[in-house]
Amino acid sequence: MTTLNKKSKTGRYIAILCLLLVYVLAYLMDNVLPATSFTLMLVPVLKKGAIYSLLCVSMNLLNGFTGLFSLGQAGFMLIGGYTYAALTIPAAQHDAVYQYFDGGAIKFSIPEILSGFLGNSLGTILGVIITLIIAGLFAAIFAALIGFPVLRLKSDYLAIATLGFAEIIRAFFQWEGLGVITNGSNLLRKYTSFADIELTIGGTTIELGTLFLFVIVTLCIAVIVLLINSSYGRALKSIRDDEVAAEAMGINLFKHKMISFIISSFFAGVGGALLAMFQTTIQASAFKSAMTYEILLMVVIGGIGSVSGSCIASFLYIACSEWWLRFLDSGSLFGLVNVPFFRDGFRKVVFSVVIMIIVLFFSKGIMGDKEISFKGIGGLINRIKNKKKKAVTAAANAGSEEGEAK
Amino acid sequence: MNNVLHVENVTMQFGGVVAVNNLSLDIPEHQIVALIGPNGAGKTTAFNCITGVYQPTSGLVQFMGKPMVRSHPTGKMKKMYKGANGELYKDQSAISPTPDKITQLGIARTFQNIRLWKSMTVFENVLIAKHMRAKQNVLSAIFRGNAKEEKRMREETMALLEEQGLDKYKDELATSLPYGLQRRLEIARALATEPKLLLLDEPAAGMNPQETQELAEFIKQIREEYDLTIFLIEHHMDLVMKISDYIYVIDFGSKIAEGVPEEVQNNQRVIDAYLGVAEDDE
Repeated sequence: MTTLNKKSKTGRYIAILCLLLVYVLAYLMDNVLPATSFTLMLVPVLKKGAIYSLLCVSMNLLNGFTGLFSLGQAGFMLIGGYTYAALTIPAAQHDAVYQYFDGGAIKFSIPEILSGFLGNSLGTILGVIITLIIAGLFAAIFAALIGFPVLRLKSDYLAIATLGFAEIIRAFFQWEGLGVITNGSNLLRKYTSFADIELTIGGTTIELGTLFLFVIVTLCIAVIVLLINSSYGRALKSIRDDEVAAEAMGINLFKHKMISFIISSFFAGVGGALLAMFQTTIQASAFKSAMTYEILLMVVIGGIGSVSGSCIASFLYIACSEWWLRFLDSGSLFGLVNVPFFRDGFRKVVFSVVIMIIVLFFSKGIMGDKEISFKGIGGLINRIKNKKKKAVTAAANAGSEEGEAK
Repeated sequence: MNNVLHVENVTMQFGGVVAVNNLSLDIPEHQIVALIGPNGAGKTTAFNCITGVYQPTSGLVQFMGKPMVRSHPTGKMKKMYKGANGELYKDQSAISPTPDKITQLGIARTFQNIRLWKSMTVFENVLIAKHMRAKQNVLSAIFRGNAKEEKRMREETMALLEEQGLDKYKDELATSLPYGLQRRLEIARALATEPKLLLLDEPAAGMNPQETQELAEFIKQIREEYDLTIFLIEHHMDLVMKISDYIYVIDFGSKIAEGVPEEVQNNQRVIDAYLGVAEDDE
């Protein structure tokens, strides 16, 4: 028992340490890091990677842990993103943003209202957090409504139905009749983004956007992991493994699928809102089914049923598509050799080939259904320590024995 | 003696095929009752009607004296219905609970082809069956407000595994166990739902005589330990004759005999059903 406790404790320390390290780095990224061409690529990639981690993990909860093949992610992200944007556009900007719709129907901004009570910086941060939760809740409510008819379907039919719903949501948000809220097919802009999240203490301003993003993402993923490791998470996995057996053991299939669907959609909504913050503008036409496929791909690459795999894969995928494979579109290799077929769009060709190779030969993805666990790392460290201790004591024993022999 | 389960005129018709026809049976408390019959006689279908996997076309199932499943032919079935007693429950509302509701009432089952959760360990397989009786909700489960209950569930699971002699395999994948132990694990998992009535669908299938012998002892033992009533389908006549208090025999969906083992053994219709009737053509 003692070794077990020790193991988990060491693991916990390592986890907390890593998390703090990430937060410190996120803070440094905003405030200390000089703007070079390298960091100008690195920081956005890390930010987008973090957002996609959340989106992937939320999709993995549904596809990997519950075994529901749903393709509605983009729709729920859209709902979250629009809810967030519409509720945080400063009142003074409404006329400019909703220029074709008489300044829109929503005349307030939640961060602004809270700023009135709490001061500018704190009010904005709290306002954004509240709006993110509202964005998630809107997506979750929609999921509940859609879930009633859709969750009675199985496998491919569920995928088709959710995909259809996502497309309907997109069309609906572009509808002129809803323009006073969604601005029709035009952009929503000027809402609170990561750049607005800052803290002013005694005249100096600290940028907190990236740190805020990482804190929110880690909190959300932590909640999903807690769910997966709870009694409900186990029930979800049993549904994935064998529905008939799960039902025979008293697990209400519909209820549990609904729980998974709603929670997954909640975090898809939050992820969509974070993506809106990252992009600083949001337009419904961008949330096509291709976006869902992209996230699905990251889930597959990372390993279906692995949270850490999803996170690793989303960072890798975003880095490749936004940064490392960009040169394929640039027309030359490292700016030295001209390669005639390195034109716009070639990146996507290479990407597709890579993906095909992964799906064909590494269908389990990076992690399969395993996890990187800090407990395991802690255990490993303990084992090494113990070995050293044993070696030391053994050496000491040997020494004393030698002494005795003399 | 009270009947735990009372099945009355249950008919299950798939399209034009009557799989179970007008089946009635009673399972008294604390007894071991067997349902036997040749291949394709409709035994598993009868089980599925009781456990909510299928909604019977017509008939009534009572559990602990209360109606649990009730049905009468509706829609197209009204015209197509070929079974007996189709009009019997016409004026009463239909009840068709899902399998999980029936398990909640206190009926647990095992499957003919073992259905353990493949990606999970022996321990988790039993632990999940405890989920149903837990009082937690999603939020308390996520934020660990249910720590006490979770601990209790884990302790009970461990105790159950120890009782069944499965504790040394607790961290192994369920599907990596030898066949006989998988069967035993499936029964342990069913016991974890705290049933009053246990339905066993061919528990001895694929077992050698030695294992079958052990299984017979095991079934008797769990009946005493958990105060169970047991209803089983089985092909091994040795096992059935040895442990059953009462036997029902069905063939082509209809009941052809019932009684204590000796009666059934000497029943001419049962012998005919199993061995075939010599047809006198000449």
